This record gives sequence, structure tokens and C-alpha cells, in this order.
Amino acid sequence: MPNTQELQDLVVQVRRDILRMVHKVNSGHPGGSLGCTEFLVALYNEIMDLNDGFDMDGIGEDLFFLSNGHISPVFYSVLARRGYFPVEELNTFRLIDSRLQGHPTTHEGLPGVRVASGSLGQGMSVAIGAALAKKLNGDDHLVFSLHGDGELQEGQNWEAIMYASGNKVDNLIATIDRNGKQIDGETEDVLPLGDVAEKFRVFGWDVLEIENGNDLDAVIAGLNEAKGRTGKGKPVCIVMTTEMGNGVDFMMHTHAWHGKAPNDEQLANALEQNPETLGDY
Amino acid sequence: MTKYTDQGKQDTRSGYGAGMTELGRTNPNVVALCADLVGSLKIETFIEENPERFFQVGIAEANMMGIAAGLTIGGKIPFASTFANFATGRVYDQIRQSIAYSDKNVKICASHAGLTLGEDGATHQILEDIGLMKMLPGMTVINPCDFNQTKAATIAIAEHHGPVYLRFGRPKVANFTPADQKFEIGKALMLSEGSDVTIIATGHLVWEALLAAETLENQGISAEVINIHTIKPLDEKAILDSVKKTGCVVTAEEHNYFGGLGESVSRVLASHHPAPQEFVATQDTFGESGTPDQLMEKYGLNNKAIEAAVLKVLKRK
Repeated sequence: MPNTQELQDLVVQVRRDILRMVHKVNSGHPGGSLGCTEFLVALYNEIMDLNDGFDMDGIGEDLFFLSNGHISPVFYSVLARRGYFPVEELNTFRLIDSRLQGHPTTHEGLPGVRVASGSLGQGMSVAIGAALAKKLNGDDHLVFSLHGDGELQEGQNWEAIMYASGNKVDNLIATIDRNGKQIDGETEDVLPLGDVAEKFRVFGWDVLEIENGNDLDAVIAGLNEAKGRTGKGKPVCIVMTTEMGNGVDFMMHTHAWHGKAPNDEQLANALEQNPETLGDY
Repeated sequence: MTKYTDQGKQDTRSGYGAGMTELGRTNPNVVALCADLVGSLKIETFIEENPERFFQVGIAEANMMGIAAGLTIGGKIPFASTFANFATGRVYDQIRQSIAYSDKNVKICASHAGLTLGEDGATHQILEDIGLMKMLPGMTVINPCDFNQTKAATIAIAEHHGPVYLRFGRPKVANFTPADQKFEIGKALMLSEGSDVTIIATGHLVWEALLAAETLENQGISAEVINIHTIKPLDEKAILDSVKKTGCVVTAEEHNYFGGLGESVSRVLASHHPAPQEFVATQDTFGESGTPDQLMEKYGLNNKAIEAAVLKVLKRK
């Protein structure tokens, strides 16, 4: 297992990957990707029990589902740097004939992806299904999922949230990226979500909060705490507060960078704030 | 040629239930999901015998489709069932993204399709589902004609890897195909050979086509009847072989003429062998309340309508 410095280095390198990927094609979603970098780096390199290689069924290992598929840059970078596919392939993000589609898909056979996402609000149901399959198979590994907070405006989530507690899907840890922002502005202005943690609680979930989702140690501690709460009759929810655009000063404290790529000058500035650690692809 | 006779009226949804009972006993990977319509889908025996392999999701079809997609990850073969309207239009994007585009091995099993749902009316009578489902890349679309064929199709699709839409209905109709039939996905069945006209029918209209062929024979018209249980992939060769012989075709289905079997047949003919075609289908309309027989009469979906369409198409040859 890597030490904290190695994970920190990986966080910075993943940020560089995200910025360079979206800059090259002048499209993609850097804001949410940067906000969830610590989470995905911790999940894939510290928390999840993973098999070598990739097969779709994922028996005998933990699984992860990205519901908010638009943060594909961070997902792709973390998968590549975990060894699912060559890091050089990050060069093909959003290009014609690439396995790295704008939003993640199984359709092009990219290792590490188990369902397509992009049209929002569908990932929790899929994660529940995979968790149920684990129970049927007698596989005591866990299923993790990540959801944007704005995504909770999609009604299917609430069907899934009700189902998971009602049916004691207690091998599932669903994390909500509570960055408070969506395309049109603040979530509380667009369609207020209110107290997300309390909403999950009254729906019968075991809820914990990570107050600073961009503090690697706090993320690891929160995820470990969540793991400890599985298998006790309730699905587990982590409400994780993050900063959209984290690690790049001009991308923080605004929703402007949700789906916008930096220009050459902005890229240079952003990369300067995140010096190369493990080597660019 | 086998002469088909009604072995007794049964509902095709019970054929689905019977197929599920058998799959429950023979295939440990088959799991069932339902959205608060267990009795209507006739899967009580499967649930009784395999309670751990049944998932009641409540009135939440979008979640059901997502859970079904997830269950395939780990090797399960989910049969997600509800009424055809709620199994397609209501959850189109869930099917599109989480099942079809994600290449998931989910069987979407839809009862109460078409007008023959009856008295509940147009909110529940979907006539657009074949079109919706056949447009999805990679989706197999099957609409069997009677109890025996629905049972055989249910069992067969468990062996087929990939998403399938299986469409069946509520009313008790003639059960006339063999109980021991082997169901081959994508293989049209010649039910009655003829030389003057081809009648290509699917679902509940297949029996009506046979009745029409009998009446037509008495008028000296030789009709060939083909049962297209698989609308996608379509058995193009069977269609072309027949129409090349007869020179004209009537398609018959309990569905809108936009997007249905008829349009699929037209595409094949236009590409390879243009021929006059008449469509027995609903004419871009919603349904309404009524008994199944009244509705099929009013909307022109019975043997009389097929007979009239044949007489019309023969004049265009």
C-alpha cells in the first residue's frame, strides 16, 4: 500500500492529467473532476480490494460505479495510473476511435468501466444491482458509488435510495460529492437539495460526513469508517464536501469550470500550481 | 403442412410465467424482478420456489432497470417484468444507457402490450413499444403469438447473451403452436404455404392471420402465413423468399404502423424486392377502453381486417 506522500504525488499528477486532457480537446469537465481527485485516488489505491486485471463480473473484488459520468477525466486518469490501461491512452480522450469517450462506457471495451454513465441519476440503481449480485454469489466484497449532488435532483435516485434501505443492501457505500454547484449555478439556487445527510438518514441509511473531501487523510479516514459500518443492515452514505476545481486557484469557488476547458495560458498557470510528480503521459 | 388448431385459450403472460417456472428450476443464474405486478405477470411459482432470486422493486421501474443492469455484473440473468408501457416508454433512457449501450444481459419482459389490455384504456395500452425497442442498437425484439410460443421464447432468451425485449399480452387467446417447440431467435415460421399473397403476422395477430387464410382459401385465394415472432433481428430471407413467390404482402400486428413490424418488412422489400404491401396495424392513434374483441374490431386488427387488406393488396399486384 502506498504511503501518504506517494498518494499526494498521485493526486497532483492526476490533476495534471485532468487539466491536460480537457485542454487538448477543448472540452470536458475539469471542475468536478478536480474536486473528486482525492476521493478517487484514495479509493483505488488505498481503500478498495481489487483483483489484478479486469473482468466485467468482478467476483472476489470491490467494485466502483461512477454515476456522474461527466467527471470522466479523473476516472480515466485514476484507472490508467492504477494500471487498467496504458497512461498514454489518456492522449485519446474524446477523440474519434477512442476508448475514452466523453462519458465512460463499456461499449468500447475500456477496462475498469462496468456501466455507461452520463445521463444522470442511474448509477445508484446499477450499484444496488451489483451489490445484490455479490450477496447472491456469497461474495463479501463491497460496492462503492459516486454521485454528484446536483444529480440527486433526478428522481430515480430516490427510488434507489428507498430500495437500498428497505432491502438492507448493506454492502453498498454511496458517496455524494457535495460541492454545491451545478451547470446553472449553486445547487441551492437551481433546485435546493437542503440537508442531504438528513435526507438519507430519514430514508433509512447510515450516514457519515467527510467535511473536507479535498483532504486526503480525511477522505481515507472517512472511507475506512464507512467500510466499518457495512454489513450492519443498512446501506452507507458518505456526504463529502468538496471544492469544485480544487487545486487550481482560478477554478475554485465558482461553477464556471464545471464543463469548460482552460486555454493555453490558463493551462500553463494551472500546471504551474501542480508541478509534475510521477511523470506526464 | 401442419394444420393448426386451437388447443384451448390461454394468455401469453401465463406462457411467460410457465417459462419462468421452468427457468427457476433449470438455470440458477436466472433472477426475476417485478414492479408491483407479480400477479399480472404470473410469476408466483418462480417466486415461491426461488424467493432469494426474486426482487420486488415496488412502483419504481427506472430503478428496476438499473438494478437489473447491475445484477448482470456477477453473472446473473435478470428478467425484469412489468406492463409493456412501463417497461419501455417510461424507462427508455434507463434501458438505453444502463442496458443497451452498456451491453447488459437483461431480459425486459413486457406484458399487457397493445390494445388487448382492454378496459384500462390508452394510458396502459402501448402501441409504440416495438418501435422504441427495435431502434436501440443491439436490442433483440420478440413478440410471440401464443402461450406455448411465449413459454418457449422465455426459456430461449435465457440462453441468448444480450439485451432482449420480450412482448406479450393479457387476454386469453388461441393456443395453437406445439407445446414441445424449440424457439429459435430470429427464425420466422412458415405456418401455411400459399401462392397468391404473403401474410406476415406477429403476436396475437398470427392466429387471426390463420383464420383469414382459411376464409380466403374458400374464396380461391391462396395465402402464405408467416409467423414473425422475432422482429429484430428480422428473418429477411424468409420474407423475401415468400414475397418473391407471391408478389404482395400484408403485415399484421397489434401496434402502430409507425415503427412496427410492417415498417421493418417495408425496409427489407424496398431494399431488395419492392412489392405492394398493406398494413394491418393501428393508424397513428391511441387506444381507448373496451373489451379486447371490441377494440380489435374497432381498430381493424382481426381476421376480417386481414382479409380486407389481402383483397386490397391483390388488386395492386
